[in-house]
Amino acid sequence: MEIFAQTVVSGLLIGFLYALIAVGLTMIFGVMDIVNFAHGDYLMLAMYFAYWSYALLGIDPLYSLPAVTLALFVLGTATYYLLIKRIINAPMLSQIFVTFGLLIFLRGLAQFLWKADYRAVPHCLLSGSLHVSGVYIGLPQLVAAAGAVVCNGLIFLFLKKTRAGTALEAVAEDKEAARLMGINSDRMFALAWGIGIASVGVAGALLASFYYVFPEVGGNFGLIAFVVVALGGFGSVVGAFIAGIVVGLVEVMSGYLLAPSIKFIVVLGLYLAIVVARPQGLLGKA
Amino acid sequence: MKKGLCLFFIFVALLIVFPFFFRNPFPRHLLIMIMMYAVMSIGWNIIGGYGGQVTFGNAAFFGVGAYTSSVLLTKAGLSPWTGMAAGCVSSLVLAFIVGYPCFRLKGHYFAIATIAIGQIMMGLFMVWDFVGAAVGIYLPILPQSFRNFEFHATKLPYYYIMLAMFLFAIGVAFLVERSRLGYYLRAIKDDPDGARSVGVNIRRCKLYAFCLSAVLTSICGTFYAQYVLYIDPPSTFGLMISIDLCIISLIGGLGKLFGPVIGSFVFIPLVELTRVYLGSEGQGIDLMLYSLLMIAVAILRPQGLSSLFARGGR
Amino acid sequence: MSGILRLEHVTKRFGGLAANQDVSFAVDRGEVIGLIGPNGAGKSTLFNCISCFYRATEGRILFHDREITNDTPEAACKRGIGRTFQIVRVFREMSVLENIMIGAFLKCEKTKEARARAGEVAGLFGFSAKLDRLAASLTISEQKRLEVARAFATGPEVLLLDEVMAGLNIQEVRETTELVGRLKGLGMTLILVEHVMEGIMPVADRVVVLDYGRKIAEGPPHEIVKDEKVIKAYLGVKYAERRARRSVV
Repeated sequence: MEIFAQTVVSGLLIGFLYALIAVGLTMIFGVMDIVNFAHGDYLMLAMYFAYWSYALLGIDPLYSLPAVTLALFVLGTATYYLLIKRIINAPMLSQIFVTFGLLIFLRGLAQFLWKADYRAVPHCLLSGSLHVSGVYIGLPQLVAAAGAVVCNGLIFLFLKKTRAGTALEAVAEDKEAARLMGINSDRMFALAWGIGIASVGVAGALLASFYYVFPEVGGNFGLIAFVVVALGGFGSVVGAFIAGIVVGLVEVMSGYLLAPSIKFIVVLGLYLAIVVARPQGLLGKA
Repeated sequence: MKKGLCLFFIFVALLIVFPFFFRNPFPRHLLIMIMMYAVMSIGWNIIGGYGGQVTFGNAAFFGVGAYTSSVLLTKAGLSPWTGMAAGCVSSLVLAFIVGYPCFRLKGHYFAIATIAIGQIMMGLFMVWDFVGAAVGIYLPILPQSFRNFEFHATKLPYYYIMLAMFLFAIGVAFLVERSRLGYYLRAIKDDPDGARSVGVNIRRCKLYAFCLSAVLTSICGTFYAQYVLYIDPPSTFGLMISIDLCIISLIGGLGKLFGPVIGSFVFIPLVELTRVYLGSEGQGIDLMLYSLLMIAVAILRPQGLSSLFARGGR
Repeated sequence: MSGILRLEHVTKRFGGLAANQDVSFAVDRGEVIGLIGPNGAGKSTLFNCISCFYRATEGRILFHDREITNDTPEAACKRGIGRTFQIVRVFREMSVLENIMIGAFLKCEKTKEARARAGEVAGLFGFSAKLDRLAASLTISEQKRLEVARAFATGPEVLLLDEVMAGLNIQEVRETTELVGRLKGLGMTLILVEHVMEGIMPVADRVVVLDYGRKIAEGPPHEIVKDEKVIKAYLGVKYAERRARRSVV
């Protein structure tokens, strides 16, 4: 029973982070119908930024989080203006190739700049673990999960309560109609990219406290983000949140019930099952 | 058309005599790799270029081909040529199992599904002890012969076997392009509903194209296993292999007969040479270079480099 | 009801909205049926049901006494129902000849035969001089004609033409009307959705009128134009009443 509770807790904790990573992906798709294949690799960049802030400047990832987030916001909007803007109306094939090329580029960049070594932040601000009725909760993981929940909440509030957020949702619904209402879709797209990548910046800084950092780390997280988005429904922020938790739970539970080496396979299998059985996911639009 | 045919014959003739001018192993290896990737990319092009269905999972067939023949060789002593046929069968089965449910999916969903399948295969083979798990399979060093599909003194026989496979692949692509399947694929890519309204069974066409793609990729897997005499999951199921096939077709020209060939002759030397000259210092530079190339082609010249040759190959 | 194509109480719902409601009629071999009605009446939806791009929520569609309600679009085509689309859907990156070949491939397995058949069909439709032109480079009216040619190449028994005259000028309408007449002469059964009355009234044997998803009238053209309900649907209740009052006076 204790072990069951342990897996549930672990699954939830990582699930919140998955949700945060996926939210950006689903937002970008919702607003402009582009799948950002490079999403996981922006996470990787954020993790490296947080790591180097620690290694070179001694700043704990939790403190560098705001800077990292800002940096990634800038990166996101820059990516939009320099690259994505050119392929908004291009055929899907071209869009896929461009964001995939971005994935490879970022990975190559990381390999070149920082080599393939695995790096880790040895002591972070809040290390150690809690022991609650037989369940171990790593403090960094807990903080990360809490941060992820807060960030998800902020994004949700932004979309529902602010003018800019509502404008974003309007563009997601109907680009033409939004334009007729005076909403500059170009700026909205840039904003979507900015926020989408920034959210991954938060996740990266949070992850850096307890996860290994290496050039390919974005690969698995990126794929998991796709599974989450597919389950939650492409374009649905709430769906991504719920789905993130589900995927986190599925991963940890299958690792426990079946074998740790194949838990990732189970998650991928989940993607295939969803997409064949219920393509629109839980709350999706497309 | 006549001019194209002439050029093609000259090209083939050059390939045939190439090893006599270049006797070092490296140029021969380079050309073997170029042709192997060309064959696999021709396979990719049938489903991805003509059919418009981008897949990032074709390495699965490469791996299945390599592992089927290698396992049959090491465990049952079967000739690699039989193994090659068996590999084709396994790949066809995989293509059916994957293709049948997945072809209902639209563009992005399908692309991601293929990545998922490729990664699942990699993951499974990494933990499957029967096939060596992460350690992989060392193929037995047998006396060199055609039957054993192993040659040790020189790469020459490998070269000509691959050349034969290369010409075979071009032949297949040529026939497909002119066949009903080829026309149907182009129609599906152009307007799927319009195609259905004139009786085209989209799923069946894509499945056929996928199966052809699987077979062409699978035979290269077996070749690779016999060429390198060692296989493991990353070298055969790796995502980069799948991506390379896309890049090659994209650079050369999607849906064009010689697109993958041109793409391979441009891309593979780039990869191999950057690896040689940049080595470990430049690790990552090669990735950056060809990702930039990929992005540039996708944005600036989506029809690929083959469009520079005007009507060549279409 | 007899007839090679029969619709029995066909209803198509999208969520709460009934785009087609209890529509029944039959089509005999060789007839030309006009399907008219104000915008939003459900004409294209009905076409999509007949050609199996939509599945009817209720009711049946029978072709030669065989139920096709749940068939796939490609199966419907193989049975002999061809169609064109309201927004033209030619294969833009393929030539005129290649477009028609795709249709011809339904009847011919070999490329050579398909090309020959496509060539003949192209001639029938006036494309002989334009075989190698890219479909995207044709005018709208030519593209519409190409779509009809492509559907014709599949050797259908019934052709569904969806607003094939929309957006054409007077000359083009006349040409298309003549084309419809020629198709009829070849023994084809046709159902045309149209807004352009001058185009359809001269050629139709019977007209079916839809309004708000329901069939409100059916009969030969000269009766339909005088039908109260039809006038009300197109021109409004007030106009119909005014007209009725005037005829009494």
